[in-house]
Amino acid sequence: MSNIEQQPRPLFVGPIVRAALVDAVKKLDPRRMARNPVMFVVELGSVFTTALFVHAAVTGQGDAPAGFILAVAAWLWMTVLFANFAEAMAEGRGKAQADALRQARRDVPARRLRKGASSEVLSAPAARAAALEEVPSPSLRLGDVVFVAEGELIPADGEILEGVASVDESAITGESAPVIRESGGDRSAVTGGTRVLSDWLVVRVTTNPGEAFLDRMIAMVEGAKRKKTPNEIALDVLLAGLTIVFLLATVTLLPFSRYAVASSGQGSPASLTVLVALLVCLIPTTIGGLLSAIGIAGMDRMIQANVIATSGRAVEAAGDVDVLLLDKTGTITLGNRQASELLPAPGVDERELADAAQLSSLADETPEGRSIVVLAKARFGLRARELEATGAAFVPFTAQTRMSGVDLGGRRIRKGATDAVARFVEEAGGRFPAEVRAIVEQVAREGATPLVVADGARVLGVVRLKDVVKGGIRERFGELRRIGIKTVMITGDNPLTAAAIAAEAGVDDFLAEATPEAKLEMIRSYQAKGHLVAMTGDGTNDAPALAQADVAVAMNTGTQAAKEAGNMVDLDSNPTKLLSIVEIGKQIGSESGTQIRPVGQSAVVWQPGSTHM
Amino acid sequence: MTAIAVAQLALFLALLLALARPLGAYLVRVHGGEARLAGRVLGPVERLIYRAAGVRADEDMPWQRYAASVLVFNLAGALALYLLQRAQSALPLNPQGFAAVSPEVSFNTAVSFVTNTNWQAYAGESTMSHLTQMLGLTVQSFVSAATGIAVLFALARGFARQSAEGLGSFWVDLTRATLYVLLPLSVVVALFFVSQGAAQTLAGSVTVHSVQGADQVVSLGPVASQEAIKLIGTNGGGFFNANSAHPFENPTALSNLVQMLSIFLVPAALCFMFGRLVGSEAQGWAILGAMVALFVPLAVAVIAAEQAGNPALGALSVAQQAGNLEGKEVRFGAVGSALFTAVTTSASCGAVNAMLDSFTPLGGLVPMWLMQLGEIVFGGVGSGLYGMLMYAIIAVFVAGLMVGRTPEYLGKKIEAFEMKMASLVILFPAATVLLGTAIACVVPAGTEPLGNPGAHGFSEILYAFTSGTNNNGSAFGGLTASGRFYAVAIGLAMLIGRFWVIVPVLAIAGSLAKQRLVPAGPGTLPTHTPLFVAMLVGTIVLVGALTFLPALALGPIVEHLQQAAR
Repeated sequence: MSNIEQQPRPLFVGPIVRAALVDAVKKLDPRRMARNPVMFVVELGSVFTTALFVHAAVTGQGDAPAGFILAVAAWLWMTVLFANFAEAMAEGRGKAQADALRQARRDVPARRLRKGASSEVLSAPAARAAALEEVPSPSLRLGDVVFVAEGELIPADGEILEGVASVDESAITGESAPVIRESGGDRSAVTGGTRVLSDWLVVRVTTNPGEAFLDRMIAMVEGAKRKKTPNEIALDVLLAGLTIVFLLATVTLLPFSRYAVASSGQGSPASLTVLVALLVCLIPTTIGGLLSAIGIAGMDRMIQANVIATSGRAVEAAGDVDVLLLDKTGTITLGNRQASELLPAPGVDERELADAAQLSSLADETPEGRSIVVLAKARFGLRARELEATGAAFVPFTAQTRMSGVDLGGRRIRKGATDAVARFVEEAGGRFPAEVRAIVEQVAREGATPLVVADGARVLGVVRLKDVVKGGIRERFGELRRIGIKTVMITGDNPLTAAAIAAEAGVDDFLAEATPEAKLEMIRSYQAKGHLVAMTGDGTNDAPALAQADVAVAMNTGTQAAKEAGNMVDLDSNPTKLLSIVEIGKQIGSESGTQIRPVGQSAVVWQPGSTHM
Repeated sequence: MTAIAVAQLALFLALLLALARPLGAYLVRVHGGEARLAGRVLGPVERLIYRAAGVRADEDMPWQRYAASVLVFNLAGALALYLLQRAQSALPLNPQGFAAVSPEVSFNTAVSFVTNTNWQAYAGESTMSHLTQMLGLTVQSFVSAATGIAVLFALARGFARQSAEGLGSFWVDLTRATLYVLLPLSVVVALFFVSQGAAQTLAGSVTVHSVQGADQVVSLGPVASQEAIKLIGTNGGGFFNANSAHPFENPTALSNLVQMLSIFLVPAALCFMFGRLVGSEAQGWAILGAMVALFVPLAVAVIAAEQAGNPALGALSVAQQAGNLEGKEVRFGAVGSALFTAVTTSASCGAVNAMLDSFTPLGGLVPMWLMQLGEIVFGGVGSGLYGMLMYAIIAVFVAGLMVGRTPEYLGKKIEAFEMKMASLVILFPAATVLLGTAIACVVPAGTEPLGNPGAHGFSEILYAFTSGTNNNGSAFGGLTASGRFYAVAIGLAMLIGRFWVIVPVLAIAGSLAKQRLVPAGPGTLPTHTPLFVAMLVGTIVLVGALTFLPALALGPIVEHLQQAAR
């Protein structure tokens, strides 16, 4: 998985330095220099002293000795060029990162659906070849439909129309495990340059060439579209103010020295060259020269964390955020639920229920199954038994039966969803007791998942599967609270469950039974109270809230709409990253005593429902 | 520097801190309108004033309205003072029958007293009637000081309040500052001065038959009362032309110490008040610490320079154990005069007890630079602290960016608007001093009234614009300031230096009040630590040095080098 602690990159890399040297000269264009008032003044001074030098060299009697003027002029040009070089270096480092990503989107042949052909024909292997034409990827346009087969690169950013496939997105996320992409829902976006490992996909292209978010980021890092952050604007104001003060201090020196010479009858007035040199010494050239480099560096830090900020404002806002809206599943709780309680049916001993539940789960390798074994052992000291020795036959979970279990001797033990188990019991001639149904409803109402256990025709009881709060998350929220950040849990659970989990996780507030509208409303109300709000989202229905939030991190796996609405994109698609982003913004974390790291979670794991609030 | 000098400085600072802290606590109550004992005695007077003036005591003015009130009040004050001077010959209480003051000097004096500068382009005892002195000058001494305190009250509310539109009522702040702070302190101090031998009478003058047989006219008047507010309100406009060097203004060494304490008392106490109002006295200590850290080395520099004496005299084998005594009162000596000069120029008081024109070049450089820092080392009542807080905002911003912290000061975010206004506060006074001096250097009207040629003459011009713009009011001497050019130019400089600072300060106060308080966290730069004090001092010294060192180099520094080379 990727995380904040990336390998430190070397400061000087040959190609970057060479490109920066060229850029430094190109940036002398006064139209670009005017963006930075301090360095603009230095450039004017350079031009002025150069003119004085030419005057002195031609006429032989200039403002000061020609050699001296030349030295001052050269020094000033060096100052300007160095500032430009520093800026170009900072941009170059960002560009290098972008280039690494851009390699992934090298031109590949794409199989495009012919005009007028229906995408449905692609489902049939036989008809495919006739409906497709081969084109280079740059000629793909918004709305084109392409077919990508196993082993091929996806030619452009797009939305899956048909098919399910595992996709290797390591080129973008650095995560080696493949991820599942399928049509419909919030997991339907694919990124150009990623590789289809199995099966096939029909993809509708959602961007024109040069408009993919990668391209936008490159344009931004290259400085063409970068907006100044509020802090940069404030600093510009201060620097401009100081520059004017020092300009006056220098300009007034001319009458001062003329008066001094006239009045005392000795010495000579200060030369214009000396005054220009003094001005450049006085004005804050160092900070003025490095300012834009600093601004770019902030964005670069995000890029190193595999987060692409689409505006400098967002990076800065990340440092000022004081309310975090966090999706419960995946961020606060593990995606997997764990058995927490055994609720026996009337007339059934809890120990018997535990025994049966454990037997049915012994071969069940899912986290839920294992947690049942562990619970039974913890409650009644039931040891795990060897199933082979007892001649048991394991019945695996299938989407049709929606149950799993074991056949042991004459016993047929099953555990599963309520209606599936009810059908099983009734088929075996039993009856599903109303008391158990009440227990099931109670458990469900509390937001936990009920798992019914039956032995043949007899219903034994219910296993409660509950959400598990991630280890260390409570401490992390405490840490955030100490630095004045309020955490709010967003969940689709009912208020009762939400309150319980909120209390366990130690969040400051929660929004239960959240709808996109409620989420948007909540962001607005926090903002009205003067808070800056950060959130993550990946679904199209998150887009309004993402657009409203001050820091809106869209998951790279999310829909195009979500990515457009957010102002950052997390390439790892890890909702927990939000905490890290805020820490980067506040520049805390690695250097502070309380080291905060992303809670261990693989970057892209396909969890059904994990992104639903 | 001798042991006696060190002891004097230490005693002065110890007494100052001992008095300022309790006064700071009292100021907090005055600020909130909760003065207990004073409230019982003066409360009816306060309410009577509000009723008579039609002021609502609970009015909450947005910053624009607050600033407009300040400007209107001061404009009216200036106009009244101008008319009073022009008409004094026709008005009562003019025992010596002085004629009307000239238009340009009247303008200059009116502006001077309204802006708390008290630059005096006239000799008080031979120009102003008792009525002008009492009803005009002394009244403005009170209310101009109270204006400074009121603006600071508003700025403190800007920091302390959150999501608020208003900064309080200027009229209420003005009344309370005058009634509960300046008036009681002045009464106490004035009585003390009378006890030391200062004059306090409505008689014009007495003619005495001197020992040598000649008749001498000795001017008298209500001196002690004007003296008290001259110092407490950091005004500096003396009754006599000789100011605090005159034995009827400042009779003894003890009264000299009390004068110095009176100058620093309210500015220091306001630091404690500010700290408490923003919820942490440590913040007040930090600001005061920065002031002391700037004051002590510079005071030591003046004292050392004056104790060292004049090298030209040293070359003639003249013994100077007592230091450079030219232009100094023997009852204060070199140390008492040098320390007083450092005090009066670091606070924007401008009272003088010695002739600065006669100081050594370096002894004259330090007072000039103390003023050029913007009168923020203690500074004027109110104005010193609000000027210092502008620098604190800049220091927080620059330092915060350097170490990657969000620029926040006292829980308020510093953004482009605050930076714009804080930059104006630095820009306008510096530009006025430099441009004013530059113009005076090139026009004959500027160079003709000079008393000395060369570098010393340049120092005289620079000092005049420095003193006027930064509302100090002390004079270097040697320059005849009553001519039309200087009367008008310095008058304008004083206006810019006062009100083009007050308006941006109030704008910042308004912008801060609207913000919510951001709770402090590890991302916040602590602003009560020695580190921050050092950064604040560094910012001030850097900006002050870079702006004025080129000009100072052509004045006192070159003069010092010439003197040393001779």
